[in-house]
Amino acid sequence: MSSSDRLDATFAALADPTRRAILARLAKGDATVMDLAKPFSMSQPAISKHLKVLEQAGLISRGLDAQKRPRRIEAKPLGEASEWLENYRKFWEGRYQQLDALLDELKVSKQIKTKRGKRPRS
Amino acid sequence: METKSGVKVEAQGEREILMTREFNAPRDLVFECHTKPELIKRWLLGPDGWIMDVCDVDLRVGGKYRYVWKKIADGTMMGMGGTYKVVSRPESIHCTEIFDEAWYAGEALVQSSFTEKNERTTLKVTILYNSKETRDMVLKSPMESGVAASYNRLEDLLISSKAKG
Repeated sequence: MSSSDRLDATFAALADPTRRAILARLAKGDATVMDLAKPFSMSQPAISKHLKVLEQAGLISRGLDAQKRPRRIEAKPLGEASEWLENYRKFWEGRYQQLDALLDELKVSKQIKTKRGKRPRS
Repeated sequence: METKSGVKVEAQGEREILMTREFNAPRDLVFECHTKPELIKRWLLGPDGWIMDVCDVDLRVGGKYRYVWKKIADGTMMGMGGTYKVVSRPESIHCTEIFDEAWYAGEALVQSSFTEKNERTTLKVTILYNSKETRDMVLKSPMESGVAASYNRLEDLLISSKAKG
């Protein structure tokens, strides 16, 4: 897969909340399909479908235990996607902090204006 | 974990980015800050050392906007702009977005919505790229270089997604 295809697969896989939850669970340690199915009100085949998407995107792999076939998280492709999202987040957070300051200032000046407006003329 | 006031960025599908941020101000004000040039210039800045040199806004459907930033040190310019598609004061703005330096081909559609609750405003911005190729170019853009290992943050990202999903 090219890096562009990999990103597509990663983003498509991450678009689903169940798959994100599965990854969050696997980030804490390997787990079997049965373990993974437990927290969801979903059948094992339904979970398996999600696992297949994650596996095809290279986000998870199967462990060595042939009997239990535990799933394992693969950090690299997720790292690429999350690194970009983190960059983007940082960039905008910087701007929004400036907007916070501006909004505070505008609120204060509006309050002053309102008070002035309400003040009876003497 | 994200902070209370931090911006949350998520991937949606293959071509969309969703950004959510809360502001401690009524939405009229937040909307004004996004649409009045004298206010936009005060916060919509680039990295340190850049100023907003041009800020033209023609806020009506079919109207255009144009932003140009300048690096004070060497005068480098960076410009972008687009056309307003939906203007619904003070709850939503849809506009296109295209950068001068065509580091990506084609334009993106940016949809911003402002909702208010208890004098606080939630801003939701969806950026829809017109193709996977565009989004990939954006992903590879040098928006901010030299990132530390983000694997540590990966778990936070996933956990916050989980909390939401």
